[in-house]
Parts: sequence; structure tokens; C-alpha cells
Amino acid sequence: MDLTCTEEEEAFRSRLRDWLSKALPRLPPRPDPSDWPARRAYDTGWQRMLYDAGYAGLHWPVAAGGRGATPTQHLIYLEETERAGAPYVGANFVGLLHAGPTIAAEGTPEQRARWLPPVLRGDEIWCQGFSEPDAGSDLAALRTRAVRDGDDYVVTGSKIWTSHAEVADWCELLVRTAPIDASVPKHRGITWLALPMDAPGITVRPLRTLAGSAEFAEVFLDEVRVPVAHRVGAENDGWRVTMVTLAFERGTAFVGEVVACRRTLTELAATARRNGAWDDDETRRRLGALNAEFTALWRLTQWNVSASTRGGGAPGVGGSVFKLRYSHARQELYETAARVLGPDALDLGRALILDRLSSLSYTIAAGTSQIQRNIVAERILGLPKGR
Amino acid sequence: MDFQLTADQKALRAAMRDLLAARLDRAALRAAVERPALDRELWRALGEAGFFALRLPEREGGVGLTLADAALVFEEAGRALLPGPLVATHLAAGTEPGAATGESVVTRVDGPLVGWLAEADYVQGDAEGAVALRSVDPLTPLHRTRGTRTYVPEAALLAAAEQVGSASRSTELAVQHARSRAQFGQPIGAFQAVKHLCADMLVRTEVARAAVYAAAVTQDPCEIAGAKLLADEAAVRGARDCLQVHGGMGFTWEAEVHLHLKRAWVRAEQWQSAKEAAEVLAAAL
Ligand SMILES: Cc1cc2nc3c(=O)[nH]c(=O)nc-3n(C[C@H](O)[C@H](O)[C@H](O)COP(=O)(O)OP(=O)(O)OC[C@H]3O[C@@H](n4cnc5c(N)ncnc54)[C@H](O)[C@@H]3O)c2cc1C
Repeated sequence: MDLTCTEEEEAFRSRLRDWLSKALPRLPPRPDPSDWPARRAYDTGWQRMLYDAGYAGLHWPVAAGGRGATPTQHLIYLEETERAGAPYVGANFVGLLHAGPTIAAEGTPEQRARWLPPVLRGDEIWCQGFSEPDAGSDLAALRTRAVRDGDDYVVTGSKIWTSHAEVADWCELLVRTAPIDASVPKHRGITWLALPMDAPGITVRPLRTLAGSAEFAEVFLDEVRVPVAHRVGAENDGWRVTMVTLAFERGTAFVGEVVACRRTLTELAATARRNGAWDDDETRRRLGALNAEFTALWRLTQWNVSASTRGGGAPGVGGSVFKLRYSHARQELYETAARVLGPDALDLGRALILDRLSSLSYTIAAGTSQIQRNIVAERILGLPKGR
Repeated sequence: MDFQLTADQKALRAAMRDLLAARLDRAALRAAVERPALDRELWRALGEAGFFALRLPEREGGVGLTLADAALVFEEAGRALLPGPLVATHLAAGTEPGAATGESVVTRVDGPLVGWLAEADYVQGDAEGAVALRSVDPLTPLHRTRGTRTYVPEAALLAAAEQVGSASRSTELAVQHARSRAQFGQPIGAFQAVKHLCADMLVRTEVARAAVYAAAVTQDPCEIAGAKLLADEAAVRGARDCLQVHGGMGFTWEAEVHLHLKRAWVRAEQWQSAKEAAEVLAAAL
């Protein structure tokens, strides 16, 4: 059990810290959260700065255009960028954290060369077209159909809750390439495609979230042609590829935010000391307990990362353990914030309150808590599947 | 950074698990419950295995290992429900005669409760006027004292490690039962209501374990407080959920789970309570 960093890793940390202190003041002001094109420009601009400084795709393999950094360096990167208050991946989320890694792991050399560099440079962003109106938790029930026609698939159907769809260039799309047939498990006929979002036949209809902004959208696909060359993995083998994507999504995608939670918690404690909420025993102790929570979640991340480094592979189902606990802890953080703020907790002008509203999605998006519990119980504890 | 057990640590943990499996199986545990006296022979065996002298430097006759190594063996002690003032005796190795070798039993007055007062050869702190309670835990005789807490970070950490062992054992027991007990024509573990209890037990245990191991490595007082807080919760709630999964059987004296719950309650009051830990953690913000 070793938590110390090597000299090389510490050198990496101080170079990064140094660069951040110079780079962050050069950033333009943060855009209005409801202005999607401006948000996209801001997020991809930050990605470009990282690219130019050699920090893009840090933990991606070198063959995929990444830096091949050690998992520890990746954690240091997450710690330092969050600590410095650098922008979050934002619109680059899907491309950098799960579509990209999936293509790196499962794509052909041509596919890697086509799609990965623009993600790293911040030239192109991706969205995720998995969920459908009748296929959420039961993702394998999806019905969007792709029929082969020469060198193309012709895709018809609809997707829902597609984050960033309005401004995305590409979509990691799950389609059904074999008809649903009671004698074959329904996840057998699924295929993973890269869909260009400007193809004819695509309509994007923004959906307004409870936070007031249009965070995600419905996507309608009407005979959209997608070249067969855009298929990642074999036809009807998309479920296996999807499991790779989901392992990345649940395994590593949120860990950086734990550091952000610790920053929010410190700020909240300062507020509580100022406004007197600190004198309430229960409020103060809840803040203390949250300190334990986020410290432990960061340690759990280090534990998981060390385990996967030794195992030499993609993150395992341990990600579900992390995701479950993290999503609830973060919601508890904002509940405590509301306690500290009192009546101000009803003021939407406060970033913290917008964050509180956003946090309500954490136990739903990327697999609900109920689904994560099923995964933990069945795949880690080996309990039987229900009938 | 390689935050995983080393080969030596795995071997240490396995050796402790084997020792306890051989000496404190279910029958021995039941016998201990009926006759709650300290098993001196087992105590000496622990001493021989280096349990108490683990962190004592080699030149003083100890094993010269670290707090992280000690956390692993205390975790095993917690799993096995090993009774006795383990933490106090371990801390006294090197100061009280015979503590390091398991020849003597040491307890310590630390706050309102003290365990094993009548059995101890050495009592650290002022136990004057201590009054015997009818202890909720049949395997931990308790006295109420007027003593105050003398905070010893290592003690809180080792107690937390025991809690993690207990939480982990409760999870295992629940899962075993959920797989084998059938109702409505299928194992109860196929029902989500049961499955989700088990999943939450595992999550609490894993988070607490990461906290305990990290605190053992850094020895940071704030991390230790966090570890204690999370481990107490994992052990207490884990045992309660395990009891629920066992149904009526869980409510009997026969099932092991009530012992885990009661011991977890006792440890939650020892060395650093949830309230005290939360205050330390808040003050650090
Ligand atoms: C902010 C946000 C962003 C999102 N972004 C994207 C995106 O970019 N791309 C994308 O593809 N999807 C996205 N999603 C969709 C997300 O993955 C789904 O919402 C999620 O998987 C749940 O599906 P559902 O909404 O259909 O709910 P349902 O599956 O209908 O679930 C409703 C309720 O039933 C429970 N439930 C369902 N099945 C079970 C079961 N077997 N056992 C126990 N309980 C069950 C659920 O836990 C939940 O409480 C996003 C969602 C949100 C909220």
C-alpha cells in the first residue's frame, strides 16, 4: 500500500501546476450556461489549449494519439486541474471520456486516425445516442433500425436524452441490425455506429431540463445514411462494444469531479462560518461527514486505479461502486448547502443552486442507482438474476 | 503510487486469517458467548504470532511493521469477532510487561466506557469508581467510568479496521444466505429488495476500507477520523442489513449476525465516536 508519487510524477505535477497558473488567466470569461454554441466554443477552446501544451488525451494510448501517461499521472492531472479551477471537460465529455476510448480500443487503424485527433484537438465533439423513449434502463430493448443498402446503413428511429446533441459533430449511435425475435436475446442484434450529426434526415429537438436550460435533446432519424465504414466492431456485435463504452463511462468519467466536490465543500464551510450556520451542531457535523466522504471517494479512486493498473486493463465493475456512492454523496452535498444557505437556497442566481438542480440527474444518468445496485449485486456479489 | 496490498501484506493477512480460523471457529465462538472469559491461550497464541508486537521495532523484540500492516490484521480480527481489549494491548506493547507477547492483558480507560476491566492485568488510566454494566455485547464486558477521552489516533484507526472486517463479514453472510435461502420458488437474492440491501452493504464496506487503508498509510488525523466515521457506519448498518436479509433466523441468538451488530455498536463508542470524528473533520474544513 503505497500512496507516494515518484519523483517523475511529482515533476509532472509541478510542470502542470506551473502551466495552469499561466494558462488559466488567458481563458475568456465563462459563457452563459444557456448559450450552447458559446459553451461549445469555450469548452473546445480549452481543449485546444490543452492540446497545444501537450496535455490532451493524457491517459490515452500513444497509438491513439494520446500521451500514454500512467494512471497515476492521470489522477494528478485531475487533481491539479480541478484544484486550479480549470474548466470541466463539458462538451468534450463523450468524445474524450467514452467514445474516444471505445474507438481507441475497438476501432480500426483508419477509424482511430479519422476520429481521434479531432477529439484531442477540440475540433469535433461527440454525443451519445444510446437511450430511446422505450429503452432507458433496458437499453438492449432499443428499436432504432439500420438496414444495409450497399455501402451504407439506412437508419430510422429516435433517440432521447441525448446530451449536447444540438452542437455535436458525431454521435456514438446504437442501432438494431437484426430484427427482434423472441428466440434470440435482444442484445444480440445491436451495432455501434459513428453517426455524422449533419447527415440529411436528422432532426434535433431540444428538451428543457428542470434546471431551465436545454441540456439534452430528442434526436429523430429518418432514413439517415451512414457508411458501413463507420461501424465500430462487427455487425450485431455492438452490445460487447457498448459494454466497453459503459465501463469507461461509469469507471473513470466522474472521478475528477470528486476534487471539485471537495472545493465546493470548503467554500461551503467558509460560508457557514460567515453566516452562523456553523454554530448548528448538526449542520457542522454533516459538513464534517462530507469531508470524510469525498476524501474516501478519492482514496477509492486511487485504489481502483491501482487495481486496474495491476490488472492491466479497462476499468472493471468497481466503477459501479464508485458511481453509486459518488452520485448520492454529491446530492447530499447540495442538500447540506441548502441547509447552510437557508432562504438563499431558493435563489436561482446562485451557481450552487443550479448545481443542486443538475445534481438530481446523477442518480439517473449513466445508469440509475437501481441499475448500478443490480450490477454490484449480480456481477460483484454473484447474486442470481431475477426472473 | 501502487495503492494495493504488497505480497508480504497479503501473506500477513492470510496467516492471520488461518490462525483465527483454526482457533476461533463457530463452535469456539459460541462457547465463548456462553462463557465470556478471556481465552488466555488464544491471547498468547496471538502474541506468538506477533499480533501485539507487530509495530514494535525489531531491536525491542517486535516485528517492526507499520500501521498499515496492523490495520490488515485488525481487519481479520474484526471479521472473526475476536474478543478482548485488542487495541489497548497492542498499544501497550513495549510499555506494559508481557503485553507484546500476549502474556498479559491490558485495557485502557478512554472515555465513558472501558472493556475487560475485571480481566485485565494492567489498567491504563483512572478506573476508580467504575461500575459494571450489563454489556450489550456478550463478548465485551463493559464498565462505566468517569474517565475522559485521551485521543490516540492509532487506536481509532485500528478500531476502524476491525469495523471494516466486521462489515465485510456481514456482507458475506448476507450474500451466502441470499443465495441459498429460497422463497417463492427462487433464491431470495434474486429479489431486488434483497439484492439492493446487499449491494449497499458492499459499497459501504469498500468505501470504508479505502478510507481505512489510506488513513493507515498517511496517518493524517483528519483521514483517521474519516475512516472511523465511515467504518462505524459500514459495520453498524451492515450488520443491521445482514440481520434483515436473514429474516427470523437473523433475530435468533444462533445466528452470528447479532454479535457483529453488538460489537460494532461498542466499537463505535470507543476511541473516537461519530460525533467526535465529525467535529475533527469539520474543523479541518
Ligand atoms: C442529464 C441526463 C443526461 C443524459 N444523457 C444521455 C446521453 O447523452 N445519451 C444517452 O443515450 N442517454 C442519456 N441519458 C439517459 C440515461 O442514461 C437514462 O435516463 C437512464 O439510463 C434511465 O433510463 P430512463 O430515463 O428511461 O428511466 P427508466 O429506465 O424508465 O427508469 C425509471 C425508473 O425505474 C427504475 N428501473 C428501471 N428498470 C429497473 C430495474 N430493472 N430494476 C429496478 N429499477 C428499475 C429506474 O431506476 C428509475 O428509477 C441522460 C439522462 C440524464 C438524466
